[in-house]
Amino acid sequence: MLNQPGGRPRPAAPAEVPEPTATLTKESLRGTSADRPKTGGRSAHDRLWALADLRNLSLVGVLAVLIAVGGFTKPDEFLSTDNLQLVLTQASVIGVVTVGVTFVITSGGIDLSVGAMVALASVWATTLATQDYGLGGILLCAVLVGLGCGLVNGVLIAYGGMVPFIATLAMLASARGLALQISDGKTQVVTVDQVLDLGLPDSYILGIPPLVMIFAAVTVVGWLVLNRTTFGRRTVAIGGNAEAARLAGIDVKRQRLMLYLLSGLCCGVAAFMLVVLTGSGQNTNGNLYELDAIAAAIIGGTLLSGGRGTITGSVLGVLVFTTITNLFALNNLQSDVQQIAKGAIIVAAVLVQKGRSTP
Amino acid sequence: MRYAKSSSTTSRRNLLMGTAAAGALFAAGCTSNENNDDGDNAEQAANTASDKPGKAVAIGFAGPQADHGWLNAINEQAKRRAKEYKDVTLEATEGSNDTAQQIGQIETLINKKVDVLVILPADGKALTQVGLKAMRAGIPVVNLDRIFASPQAYRCWIGGDNYGMGLNAGRYIGEQLKGKKNAKVIELAGIDNLELTRQRTEGFNDALKNYPNIKKVGRQAAEFTVESGQAKMAQLLQAHSDFDALWNHDDDQGVGAERAIKQAGRDDFLMVGGAGAKRAMDAIKADNSVLKATVLYPPTMAASAIDLARALGQGKGVGGLAELEIPASLTLYSAVVTKDNVDEYLPTGFS
Repeated sequence: MLNQPGGRPRPAAPAEVPEPTATLTKESLRGTSADRPKTGGRSAHDRLWALADLRNLSLVGVLAVLIAVGGFTKPDEFLSTDNLQLVLTQASVIGVVTVGVTFVITSGGIDLSVGAMVALASVWATTLATQDYGLGGILLCAVLVGLGCGLVNGVLIAYGGMVPFIATLAMLASARGLALQISDGKTQVVTVDQVLDLGLPDSYILGIPPLVMIFAAVTVVGWLVLNRTTFGRRTVAIGGNAEAARLAGIDVKRQRLMLYLLSGLCCGVAAFMLVVLTGSGQNTNGNLYELDAIAAAIIGGTLLSGGRGTITGSVLGVLVFTTITNLFALNNLQSDVQQIAKGAIIVAAVLVQKGRSTP
Repeated sequence: MRYAKSSSTTSRRNLLMGTAAAGALFAAGCTSNENNDDGDNAEQAANTASDKPGKAVAIGFAGPQADHGWLNAINEQAKRRAKEYKDVTLEATEGSNDTAQQIGQIETLINKKVDVLVILPADGKALTQVGLKAMRAGIPVVNLDRIFASPQAYRCWIGGDNYGMGLNAGRYIGEQLKGKKNAKVIELAGIDNLELTRQRTEGFNDALKNYPNIKKVGRQAAEFTVESGQAKMAQLLQAHSDFDALWNHDDDQGVGAERAIKQAGRDDFLMVGGAGAKRAMDAIKADNSVLKATVLYPPTMAASAIDLARALGQGKGVGGLAELEIPASLTLYSAVVTKDNVDEYLPTGFS
């Protein structure tokens, strides 16, 4: 809906090999995929382009402009290894959440509860009782809480027939409430050294912070799952046309359940990362993550109405937002300016994509 | 007086002498500044509130949702204080950040006909009307911290001093950096949308103006959360490779800020916190981190609000002042807690 002007004809250039979509997408039903190249024998070159998807080029452009501005205004502070580590670290938590959200949006759903799930998982994983079990206990607890919330979302939506917007809105409210109840509004400081050390420079491997490695791993796995597996193709298919997907023999309900579970899992992992990053758990964690994640996915090129999704785009979207924040902070600009710019960039990115896809 | 009475049976002269003696004794007692006799005090404070049980007072308490440390402490302080008085019953509502819901809760308390209301509004301006309604219904309102738009909506306001908080933080940093040429200071503020953040920053700036050798080189606004504190502090540290002092508006977000400082491996500056969390005070006492002081925004104001409400309910003034009535407004002092006085303030620290 957002950037889908009636029948978006795709140029047949081999460079624009689309994100692998299942045969049953909206486009295919409208017959607009007729001009899509039949990708019988893909060359390595094609695959490379598929990876970088041309649609993302506008975001790469935005990122390049931001980097140029940063290099020009604050060369010493901006163009440094420290700053690269900082930007990537700050992007990693919301990045992992965004990967999960991208799957859900691609399937035509929405998950408004991601921020609340991160809050609940981070609080639950940092109670004194959980901290007794050390690093493993905290990680396991965060992941299980995320999965549990995702399971509830998934069952309500897939088998309870609830609209995703409402079901996840309910989860948003109750997960935040539960987080508040468990923490009693207090900041739960982590005292497990193994966890704390993971966030300190001593644990960087070849200069790469562990959090960034988790982010990278989640991105790669997410990309592979969406683009190279049946699970991914089914996700795209039910996002394009759930009824057609069902007729084609896809268990739509089971698939939806799995997708919300996946989003919950990503939130659990992100919560653990946030605990490592901040050395604490707090019920205010993950504030407005749902909006940040959805915004990043949308400017990345994922369709809000489903049927098309790109992990590369989402990750680029997250990086653009994080770089803006970094750039503005380095130039000592205040949050009012930052927010205005953020809004402008969302509009600009979506307009550019629209411009690219309309003749 | 007992002395005089016992002597009245003997003779009139003895009575006179006895009265005179008692009077002299009393007068002698009054010249002393030592507080060694409770009897004296009780007589003096006949119409001011004391710990002794008086008329029973039902106090209604409505606050916002206690979703972070300071607000949590506010609730606890109010409840604990009310429990200390045998003559006070506290009707505390479920905290809410929703204006409509909080109005509903306060109206319920008005209908229940509590004697006095203590209200910490989620949004002072938005709750003015319900404050007016309570006052018109004859229920005195003690407005806690976030002020109503109209003075008619409360009998007494008690709260912290955000401007003073900034002022005292700035003064402390100024004194610490005295004599240092070209000293640089940065500020990690709270939520920029809130007036209180602007007041704190204004006070801080005004204080720094007294020290021409100091320049504020950076400021970022976090959101009173650990997460935002870590994120914004990390950016500030990256932006400023060298500075001498940092003022962080809020100890809760300070948990994140200190984490970022540790992650950046920096310890070449002094840090001043804000609000007065127990964790911050512990760190100041231990003196093993960059955190050297914190400026109070005392949650004990909730306990004082209960004291005021009780005195209002019993029709008494407050002790220690010549006034017969309770003041219309009480602004609390934002003390600077350092290693030297931390023991005194530790019991008020919140977690």
